[in-house]
Amino acid sequence: MDSERKGGRGANQLRPVDCSRNVLSRAHGSASCSHGETRVLAAVYGPKAGTKKNENPEKACIEITWKPKTGQIGKPEKEFEMILKRTLENICLLTVHPNTTTSIIVQVVHDDGSLLPCAIHAACAALLDAGIPLKYLAVAICCCLTESGNILLDPSKLEEQKMKAFVCLVFPSSIHSVLPEGSISIGGESKGDGIITSLTHGVMRVEDYFQCVEQGRAAITPLSNILKKKLQSQSASNLSKAG
Amino acid sequence: MAVTSGPNDLSSEMEVDAFRRLFPLRFHERHLLESLRPDGRPLGRARDTTLMLGAVASANGSAMAKIGSTTMLAAIKMEVMTPTAEAPDEGCIAIEFHMPPICSPLVRPGRPAEVAPVISKQLSDTILSSGMIDLKELCLVGGKAAWMAYLDIYCLDADGALFDAALLSAVAAFSHLQIPVVSLNDDGRIVIISEDNNGGAMKEKEPVNKEKIKLKLKSVPFSLTCVLHKKYILADPTSEEESIMETFLTVVLDSSFQLVSLNKPGGPGLTNSSAIQDCVTLTRQRVKELQKILNEAISDMEVD
Repeated sequence: MDSERKGGRGANQLRPVDCSRNVLSRAHGSASCSHGETRVLAAVYGPKAGTKKNENPEKACIEITWKPKTGQIGKPEKEFEMILKRTLENICLLTVHPNTTTSIIVQVVHDDGSLLPCAIHAACAALLDAGIPLKYLAVAICCCLTESGNILLDPSKLEEQKMKAFVCLVFPSSIHSVLPEGSISIGGESKGDGIITSLTHGVMRVEDYFQCVEQGRAAITPLSNILKKKLQSQSASNLSKAG
Repeated sequence: MAVTSGPNDLSSEMEVDAFRRLFPLRFHERHLLESLRPDGRPLGRARDTTLMLGAVASANGSAMAKIGSTTMLAAIKMEVMTPTAEAPDEGCIAIEFHMPPICSPLVRPGRPAEVAPVISKQLSDTILSSGMIDLKELCLVGGKAAWMAYLDIYCLDADGALFDAALLSAVAAFSHLQIPVVSLNDDGRIVIISEDNNGGAMKEKEPVNKEKIKLKLKSVPFSLTCVLHKKYILADPTSEEESIMETFLTVVLDSSFQLVSLNKPGGPGLTNSSAIQDCVTLTRQRVKELQKILNEAISDMEVD
């Protein structure tokens, strides 16, 4: 199986993930995230007073601007904006800052597959950097389904194009890594079971979809641990610099 | 419509309409407790659906779909184009979804609706990835000429489940589509033969396709949107339900119950696998219903 993927990756092996906060000086919060060659830059401005038209003023409003690497903003960008907005609405505590707007600008630096997961991680880290209250982090993963029914995680652009179907899933970061061992309640497990966002492309069997969900979920815990470690180590070094 | 009133509840002291406006979420939750929705439907039932083929006489294929009061008008216009170098033996389909200000108070003139391009993209993803239409069928002369199908869908009344109604109207328009007769003229270009003069002139010039043909549709996709609120699953939400309970999930299955798309774009609620499984089951039933409605509409058309 290993030889099937470029770079000698196993089917369940993710590309190296890197995430750094506070990369822009003027933004209230910013982050840069990379999955292998895919790289996304995110900046957060706000919360600013007032909400847009047709938004609920009793809650905070999130505004996303998706900038592609090249070219004009078209329908795919609008779709990404909508998905990212609704995904971040899930993880933010919207009632803490009612009647405000937080704008997030997402700039694609390079797209080599699994773009949406990378953008979600970058946006999350930028929100964290800006100090926007969050319920949990969103951890996203792309799964690809090959013609023979195998599932590959974190596909590159080339793999995405060759595949029969792919699924993009966003989970809340597993609470297992936050809570100390043994304190996981039954209520918590049902939360860990939840899916924030699901997107699919291509025809597949229903069972294959659930297989993807299982495989994706299994990969979430290590991925969220890596992301948290990256973000924590930076906040520690920032504090020591300030002190 | 009346809510069964309990003690210590404002609903017993207030008119139903006032309660509905002031506490929309509680108003709906009170209904959900009774496994009923404000419009009298059980939770898992979709609204009445009607389909009319051939709604636009000037188009090559058209249909009007109504799910409850959500109304979509879809029309296809065929044009001859030169195929791209990458796919010389394939035609092309361009799908556009429009939300004019007539459809909803949320859409203002001059400012296009935010959801319109998103639904447009989802529709073309669904229709092209489902494999319903073999693009090779749209080829006329390999490398020289192929059909370009412009599918435009207009939302006339936006009362929830827009994607479902749009997909239904699009599928129906494709099943009504008749590819016009074309022939090669002296310059070697493809011309569409109008119906008035297909007398002697046509016989000399060899028509490329002899008569109006219909596309062979395989594995037609149908969709169902469900609102997920707490433990309840509400099939085919109205716009009021969509705005109050914001987590929704759209499942698209084809006629052989393969999953074409499962789209849950965020929203405040988390969804577990069993809820998704329930939505898929509801969609299966709905696919059978919609298939029947489509077949009836087609046979009605043939009788006419």
